[in-house]
Amino acid sequence: MTAAPLGKDLVGLEELSASQITLILDTAEAFKEVSERPIKKVPALRGKTIVNLFFEASTRTRISFEFAEKRLSADTVNVATQSSSVSKGETLVDTARNLEAMRIDMVVIRHPASGAARFLGERIRSNVINAGDGKHEHPTQALLDLLTLRDRFGRIEGLKVAICGDVLHSRVARSNIWGLLKLGAHVVVCGPPTLLPKGLEALGVTVMHRIDEAMQWADAINVLRLQLERMESGFVPSLREYNRIFGVTRERLARAKRDLVIMHPGPINRGVEIDSDVADGSQSLILPQVTNGVAVRMAVLYLLAGGAPEWRNQPADDR
Amino acid sequence: MAESAGGRSMSAVLIAGGRVIDPSRNTDDLADVYVVDGRIEAVGRNIAVAEGVRRVDVAGKVVAPGLIDVHVHLREPGQEHMETIATGAMAAVAGGFTGICAMPNTDPVIDNQAAVGFVVRQAIRAGKARVYPIGCVSLGQNGQHLAEFGEMVAAGAVAVSDDGKPVVSSQLMRTALEYARIFGIPVADHCEDPTLSHCGVMHEGLVATRLGLKGIPSAAEEIMVARDIILAELTGGHVHLCHMSTKGSVELIRRAKERHLNVTAEATPHHFSMTHERCEGYDTNAKMNPPLREAADREAIRHGLRDGTIDCIATDHAPHHYDTKQREFDEAPNGIVGLETALGVGIRELVEPGLVTLPDLIARMSTIPARVFHLEGGTLAVGAPADVVVIDPGRRWTVRANDLHSKSANSPYLGETLTGQADLTVVAGRIVFDRGVAKPDA
Repeated sequence: MTAAPLGKDLVGLEELSASQITLILDTAEAFKEVSERPIKKVPALRGKTIVNLFFEASTRTRISFEFAEKRLSADTVNVATQSSSVSKGETLVDTARNLEAMRIDMVVIRHPASGAARFLGERIRSNVINAGDGKHEHPTQALLDLLTLRDRFGRIEGLKVAICGDVLHSRVARSNIWGLLKLGAHVVVCGPPTLLPKGLEALGVTVMHRIDEAMQWADAINVLRLQLERMESGFVPSLREYNRIFGVTRERLARAKRDLVIMHPGPINRGVEIDSDVADGSQSLILPQVTNGVAVRMAVLYLLAGGAPEWRNQPADDR
Repeated sequence: MAESAGGRSMSAVLIAGGRVIDPSRNTDDLADVYVVDGRIEAVGRNIAVAEGVRRVDVAGKVVAPGLIDVHVHLREPGQEHMETIATGAMAAVAGGFTGICAMPNTDPVIDNQAAVGFVVRQAIRAGKARVYPIGCVSLGQNGQHLAEFGEMVAAGAVAVSDDGKPVVSSQLMRTALEYARIFGIPVADHCEDPTLSHCGVMHEGLVATRLGLKGIPSAAEEIMVARDIILAELTGGHVHLCHMSTKGSVELIRRAKERHLNVTAEATPHHFSMTHERCEGYDTNAKMNPPLREAADREAIRHGLRDGTIDCIATDHAPHHYDTKQREFDEAPNGIVGLETALGVGIRELVEPGLVTLPDLIARMSTIPARVFHLEGGTLAVGAPADVVVIDPGRRWTVRANDLHSKSANSPYLGETLTGQADLTVVAGRIVFDRGVAKPDA
């Protein structure tokens, strides 16, 4: 195997180059087919041990990573905060040292604190993959969003993508902004000013405050989940009003470009940021996103382990 | 001290041949400083002294009144694993400080005369820098009931502050400013609107956005600065604004001073030398409150120090144990140590670029803070307490954790090269710190 083309860790898309992102997408493209086989397994990571370290609740991302690992033949262990020594007050640095002592190869970490993945990566020799850190980044989600867009449009460059909703608290938004900008897309962020972070324009995105304007401009919109606690802490007055002003509704869709596609990182709040008939409608790419999630995570695991892009040339179990 | 003069227990020392800078008398000359029995006996050229008087030759160095820091956290009582009054006072003299004002947010807090007396006693036992206690504004620092200012002042407190927490209630702040007038002490306020800064961990701006960290807007400070200025006008009390960090604050203070209100302000070395970009990589040694701000804010602070809008430099020395800074950024405590780097940062950032002269820097680190808090010191006038620092103003030195005297090493300057360092520190005529210039007489 050649030297790892992505470096040791995947902390965020801010640190990656356009060619590294493209390499991941191309590798994921090749891995898609594994999940379509009757025997969904290749030996690429046989003998590698991976810990999925989830300090926050997650269903989709955790299962997606686990499938990706198993389909690459890695040995995996899942650690959730409820059952770990974290609940006994162990610090992240001690957790890291103990994992290191067990000679594991890779750690997938989801953590409520921004910077946690980087913190871990700086303290252990194992590869660290960020599965979402606080409000910072969620790189594999953005990568699967990019793959889904590329599947649909054949390109990212020049595409108009609007990221709509609670950008302030969204790691998905930050990773998407970096990935889209690096690959040459035009990016709009749209949401109430109370839910947009400061200084976004300096990154090269355009800010809009009206969802109709964003939907009529865009080729694709990525609708962010509005978490209930945001209403409770006063960022928006009510979910009902949010749906009225920022909801992606069929009426708004009817006024947008005919081939506008709708994405959502999930889990969706039906009737809040997106209406059911839009989420389930023909313009929705929400389920293809989930399918692509496994392929993208296989690609990331494989490349971080030092895999060469031409993995297909290796002998496979079922070939 | 082993030396004795005339058979008495106190010593005499001649600090000879240095460049003597005394902002209190507006002097800057080559001279000797003669110290006898803990006081300045004489300042002048070629002072003749009796045989046997200890002579320290400091040619090529600067001799100045000892530095004074009106804002430090010494952690004792209650958090002695971070710092003690003794280690903090040692760090002070190693940084050239002969007097430091200890903030009362210890555990328990310093909100009564007995607690003030404890700080005074511990400082005397340590025998390094003078430590001036600051008492709480409110009992338990709870922001509700006024603490006993009079009793605390009688026990040695020089100011009151709920630092670490803002005085949220405008009514309490008004009362404190009015009541403090009886004792002629400043009310030092940590200016922060907690509803705006809520859960923030760094400056609100592009860097916080990129790092996904909750920001603290400049307005959180400026609103309280404006309030405190308005209340200073209402009451005639002396408000001292702690660790100013924003351009807007500097402008508010400038306007208040134009109207001759009883307002003074301090700024820290980190706020005039660093910006929020320093938080990149989630470096917890760049986490403090108020946070590092933007370049325009840093420039405003520098110019405020140049034109006197900001009266003095204070370190906000805030030791934290290694473990607590080895955390996620959100979880790490605010604050950095500053006593041993302040002078070197001040010379590198203000004097070397030509923004502030060395005498003016010494004024803002010694004479003026003494005046603002009504402390002895800050002068080499004959008869004054012999609190003196000898500085090598040109020495370039690298900050190393192992070289620090503080119990904690949570400094963002680790590995940086600073300019200027204290070589000799004298408190009440006693050499309490010597980097090797006052070798025992041959």
